[in-house]
Amino acid sequence: MYAPNQQLINKNIREERFKSILSFLTVIIFFPALMIILWLLIKGGPALSWEFIFSSPTKGMTAGGIFPAIVGTLWLVGLCVIISCPLGVLAAIYLSEYAKDNHTTRIIRLCILNLAGVPSIVHALFGLGAFVLFLRMGTSILAASCTLAVMNLPVIITSTLESLQAVPRSFREASWSVGASKLQTIRHIVLPNSIPGILTGMVFAVSRAAGETAAILFTGVAFYLPFLPMNVFDQCMSLSMHLFTISTQVVGVPDSYSYATALVLISMVLVVNTLSVAMRWYFRSRRKW
Amino acid sequence: METQSIRSKRSVRPRSERVIEGLIKAGGMSSILFIAGILLFILKESSGYIFGSFNFVEFFTSGEWNPASVEKIEYGTLALLAGTLSVTMLSMVFAVPIGLACAFYISEFCPPQLRETYKILIEFLAAIPSVVWGFIAVVIVNPLLINSFGVATGLNILNAALILSLMSLPLIVSIGEDALRAVPESYREAAEGLGATKWEIATRVLLPAAKNGLMAAALLGVGRALGETMAVLMATGHSIRFPSSVFDPVRTLTATIAAELGESPKGGEHYQVLFALGLYLFILSFAINILADWLVRGRGKKV
Repeated sequence: MYAPNQQLINKNIREERFKSILSFLTVIIFFPALMIILWLLIKGGPALSWEFIFSSPTKGMTAGGIFPAIVGTLWLVGLCVIISCPLGVLAAIYLSEYAKDNHTTRIIRLCILNLAGVPSIVHALFGLGAFVLFLRMGTSILAASCTLAVMNLPVIITSTLESLQAVPRSFREASWSVGASKLQTIRHIVLPNSIPGILTGMVFAVSRAAGETAAILFTGVAFYLPFLPMNVFDQCMSLSMHLFTISTQVVGVPDSYSYATALVLISMVLVVNTLSVAMRWYFRSRRKW
Repeated sequence: METQSIRSKRSVRPRSERVIEGLIKAGGMSSILFIAGILLFILKESSGYIFGSFNFVEFFTSGEWNPASVEKIEYGTLALLAGTLSVTMLSMVFAVPIGLACAFYISEFCPPQLRETYKILIEFLAAIPSVVWGFIAVVIVNPLLINSFGVATGLNILNAALILSLMSLPLIVSIGEDALRAVPESYREAAEGLGATKWEIATRVLLPAAKNGLMAAALLGVGRALGETMAVLMATGHSIRFPSSVFDPVRTLTATIAAELGESPKGGEHYQVLFALGLYLFILSFAINILADWLVRGRGKKV
């Protein structure tokens, strides 16, 4: 009979041990986040109500609701998407369909990489210097959204690029061979086939923009405003900034109020993120190739 | 005749088409424009200080940061850099081994079904806003550290490092996983054919083969931790000093800008120095990103 020698047994034991350690470490990463979300639900959940969401902060931001902050965040994110999406999609089309493999392209890619890696506070300084002061937008929703848009550009470019390149080359070749120009091919063949991927990327960018704080710090967000913004040149409050303010700058905020604010912010972000994941699954399952 | 008309059609394209292609090209160049713009505008706002009273020795080697002092205004950034580095390094001590282990697991050991789930979970982890992390540092980690270590304040290096490691893990895991997936399947098959166990494949084949990519993953994690602002601002406890233990509160470069820019009068020297700090950060992150890119591309050429 064949008897496994001791060395082989040891090897297998080590193998199993190795695998379980790795899987343990992987689970450990998610454990804190899960606990945190549960904790926020437990502590902030009871304070949540329609009144909390649809009323203004009162008593020096220690009571009342968070409506102006939610509205502000919606303004900022909406405008940010309007600005960054066309630009990001154009950039991705250029990189995927036009760019040759040369020095310029390499520099563009490096710039996108760096744009994604620049600290958000540096983006805030840029926004202050360029949009608020140089372009004379003042501290306004417009300036803050532009700053957010520059920050989110790499996210949109990368996801759009990915979905453009997922369209098989044969689709393009078929279109060219019946006489369509490059642009016609892009418009009628490449873009329609990659719209799902582009949308998914946009939704992901929305979730990123909604939670961002540092980049909008000096460009358009106020600690407290008694009124809602009417146009893009107004300042606004934002949910993320509001959470920062009540948890560090204001004394005497009841726990439940700040927990509930954090809960609303994180649920907004995670819901949008879930939407993006769900869209990706749905579109992938329906893909024609 | 026929062929000629086709050729002329190609060369004389409708104006709208040329306009749109021009727009596409401009869009493609926009990221160069923005990087140049960031550099330009930060330089512009800080130029009064950099080309004026800039004291090279003080700025880089002094630990005294007293921008609002009455007797002697000093702008030494060394203590701030020490704060940034201590927090970043400690967070990487946690995040790099765990992150790379997780990348190994997800790429090599995980059943495919579970892999998708983990990837989505990692995306969720990455989506949690930094201000929420900061909030958690203040309300959860802070009392936790005070109770378990008996320290005076839980807002310190350890707190920020814990939070930062959780924040940079998703990036490290996903880049690390990409690096491992980029190792050709034939390497694994060859090793398996020689009778290597998964552990041996991981440590003796994949680790050397994906070395550069894994290093890039760690480096990008460092970049992420270095540039993080809100969470660090809330978690580090705001005290400018050279840390002597992990329970010391510190202050980082990013947090200093975020905390002081609102109070400094526009165009004043303090304001300009804060932009100079921004420039400093920009150059640091730029260097890290270029290095990471070079590592990834260097590997791409060799394999």
